[in-house]
Amino acid sequence: MITLLIFFPLLAACITAFSGRQAGWVAFGFTLIEFALSIFAFNLFEPTAGLQFLNQCEWIPSLGISYKVGVDGISLLLVLLTTFLIPLIILSSFKREYKNPALFYSLILFMQFALVGVFSALDGFLFYIFWELALIPIYLICLIWGGKERLRITLKFFIYTLTGSLLMLVAFIWLWHQTPGAHTFDIQAFYALSLTPTEQTWIFWAFFLAFAIKMPIFPFHTWQPDTYVDAPAPGTMLLSGIMLKMGIYGVIRWLIPITPGGIQEWGFTAIILSVIGIMYASVIALVQKDFKRLIAYSSIAHVGLISAGIFSLSFQGLQGGVIQMISHGINVVGLFFIAEMISQRTETREMGELGGIRVSAPQFATFFIIILLASIALPLTNGFVGEFLLINGLFSYDSVIAAIAGLTIILGAVYMLRAYQKISLGEPNNLTLQFPDLSTVEKCVLVPLVIMIFWIGIYPNTLLDVAGPSIEALQKTIENSASLTKINYIN
Amino acid sequence: MNALIVLTALGLIGLFSEIFNFRKLLLPIVYAGLALAAVLAICDWNTNISYYNNMMLFDNFALAFTSLLIIISFFWFTISPGFFREPTSKSDHISLIIFTLIGAVTMVSYSNLIMLFLGLEILSISMYILAGSNKSELSSNEAALKYFLMGAFATGFLLFGIALIYGSTGSFNINEIANAIKKTSDHTVMLYAGILLVMSSLAFKVSAVPFHFWAPDVYQGSPTVITAYMSTVVKTAAFAAFLRLFMTSFKEVETLWSSSLWVISAATIIIGNITAVFQTNVKRMLAYSSISHAGYMILAILAMNGSSAGSLFYYTAAYSVSSIASFAVLLIVNKKMGSESIESFYGLGKRNPLLAAVTVIAMLSLAGIPPTAGFFAKYYIFSAAIQNNLTGLVLIAVVGSLIGVFYYFRIIIALFREKDAPKLEIDKSYKTVLLIFAIVVLLLGIFPGFFAGLV
Repeated sequence: MITLLIFFPLLAACITAFSGRQAGWVAFGFTLIEFALSIFAFNLFEPTAGLQFLNQCEWIPSLGISYKVGVDGISLLLVLLTTFLIPLIILSSFKREYKNPALFYSLILFMQFALVGVFSALDGFLFYIFWELALIPIYLICLIWGGKERLRITLKFFIYTLTGSLLMLVAFIWLWHQTPGAHTFDIQAFYALSLTPTEQTWIFWAFFLAFAIKMPIFPFHTWQPDTYVDAPAPGTMLLSGIMLKMGIYGVIRWLIPITPGGIQEWGFTAIILSVIGIMYASVIALVQKDFKRLIAYSSIAHVGLISAGIFSLSFQGLQGGVIQMISHGINVVGLFFIAEMISQRTETREMGELGGIRVSAPQFATFFIIILLASIALPLTNGFVGEFLLINGLFSYDSVIAAIAGLTIILGAVYMLRAYQKISLGEPNNLTLQFPDLSTVEKCVLVPLVIMIFWIGIYPNTLLDVAGPSIEALQKTIENSASLTKINYIN
Repeated sequence: MNALIVLTALGLIGLFSEIFNFRKLLLPIVYAGLALAAVLAICDWNTNISYYNNMMLFDNFALAFTSLLIIISFFWFTISPGFFREPTSKSDHISLIIFTLIGAVTMVSYSNLIMLFLGLEILSISMYILAGSNKSELSSNEAALKYFLMGAFATGFLLFGIALIYGSTGSFNINEIANAIKKTSDHTVMLYAGILLVMSSLAFKVSAVPFHFWAPDVYQGSPTVITAYMSTVVKTAAFAAFLRLFMTSFKEVETLWSSSLWVISAATIIIGNITAVFQTNVKRMLAYSSISHAGYMILAILAMNGSSAGSLFYYTAAYSVSSIASFAVLLIVNKKMGSESIESFYGLGKRNPLLAAVTVIAMLSLAGIPPTAGFFAKYYIFSAAIQNNLTGLVLIAVVGSLIGVFYYFRIIIALFREKDAPKLEIDKSYKTVLLIFAIVVLLLGIFPGFFAGLV
């Protein structure tokens, strides 16, 4: 089942590459089928039954590398997020003419293939391969269809993230050498390792750097705002909506269970870095004039909160992290879509030059405010559930840190509402007087997003029930971890 | 052995084609002959026969590299019909190339140092001539002379080293040398000097720092097809010879030479990569990149364990195919644009998407990004090296590959820069060849286990 979910987009990408001018609709059709398949998988899924849809065969037996995939609740939700968002991203790009559309949409589908693979790989090496595979299409998308500064920025982005992944690879190879008997990259074998505290520290940092660059966590975020601003809108949505979840997912799936001792030792540092990131990004977001850049910084702040919650290792923190990953994906894609619509219609992203869109385009303004409120975590929206749980989890870890992190939610409200005020309220000017309201295609993108915002906001149990048992299992893995016992024994 | 006989016959046929006037038929004969030789080499698999009083031993190592060399040469012939257009020199050039191939095969299958020397000479002398084959071009003449002078020196070193090793062990046979070394732990200075001299001359042949000064000029000055041949077939053969000698004979005295080789490897990786960053001529950049790849391949020799041969074999295969692909693109671009500078690659993504796609795959592979062959090549070598506690060197190599990404990606970026230029047409046969290269690079990357397990 999962193998089908992984390889269907690859097949679709190959077909789309030869579909000429109608590539957009072809790709959209394929992603809808993929979404239907993932819903089907969701229905078959038993939340309490642990890893499911396991699929394993040998790939490079001499090195102990196998093709092993499967999902638990956490992975399944992220796979669903991917299959849900990608059709919307494709739909949202119809308005703008991209040269060579066949290549463009086929790269997006290729990206989907790699992303689903990352979220379901259960073999360290396979995970690494998918992780890198996801980088190539997004690099090409930014390089070919990006803005003016794309050459410099994309190279920085690529080398930055590659540095992280190579560190991760070295860590994987090292872990592989530690596995008993015929070496293997199997995740269960990695979980079962018993590492000394020094070893765990090294592995922790190698993994942490890789994932922190991807998320990004302060101070490894410098590639992010430029790349987000310069990438074409669908590229930005892919990067922020789904790709940064790869980093968070990596922390949950690989970092925490393999080096629980490393977290005990260094988790506090990671949380501090995350919280610095939240404050730093919020403050910078406050002074931004460019709307797209503002969203980019707000995204750093949100991700910082997610990673802080996860590193607290409390049940609520982890649960909040998972929910917020989904919510953030939905909200940020919505926001970037709004930004894209504005820049398409007015040719500017400077908030100062806009104003009064509410008068000329009331529907647009309504959707805008809903997504915006969700991203600043108003109760009844999806943002609230996630952030509430995260702060709650963080509180049980350290109340001062939780208080600081909580304060930034207020900052978030300030810069977001100010942006809304500048763009939508006030008197319309020349630019915005003729601002056309939403077209049907645009509504088709926004309506599902808004439905999900309220659904998760009002009835989060749909997600919590799926993720809960997996998180409990994760915590059990940590408690029983041989590496942790070794540390406590030494202490 | 049969493969070697077929190749020799092929070389002679090439020479006679001028007398008996069947020049036009020569290329098809060469293709058929190479295919036959490759099949014969593969048929000998697992036979392990030695010839002429142990002068040559066709074990699986030799056979694997022999077939690899023949297949790369076959690929090479498919990209270089333009080189053989001139009727007056066509048969000479073809024979010379076949002779270098004979030298290369000898170099991977020797079990006696005299054969190593012979193979190296057959290969080098033909290469000196080929480097200067663009007679009207000053840089080509310069390349030939430089290559010849430096190469002659290196050969002298090799011979001197062999003599010293003979003096201290009493044999030319690599297995007997190993036995003689094993017998005593008290080695003479003569042996050390001999090993170091042989090492220097082989390091020269693979263009490792500090013996690399000839490489950029020779690579840039020679005709592009010859450069492609040098950086693939010649390099592969030299590395196989290097590994064969050191694995069999000098394993016992690893401590004597491993630290020097460590430094050579680190310096090659660092200098090769950093200098490549500053190049604007793509051919020269590929020359430096070829130097840096030599640095990674030395890691396999340093690893000195069961996986050395397999990982080196895979690396040379992956590197050769990716290199041939990138040189093929360079050839076309140079022919159509009249320049090898990076500017001539601008806008290629629009002007010929297939060419751009092949370039992207080749560059990704040279840079070592999955799922291409280059990634697994690096992976195998690094993991072999880690097993021998070379973690420090592996970290240097990882940093080196990161720098590598920078200049390989400059070419990818150039492909997608805006430039208004007419579409670039290439003929069908060339298109097919390029596609095959790209597919081979990807296939090697997706099913690496089979190839690396061969040796």
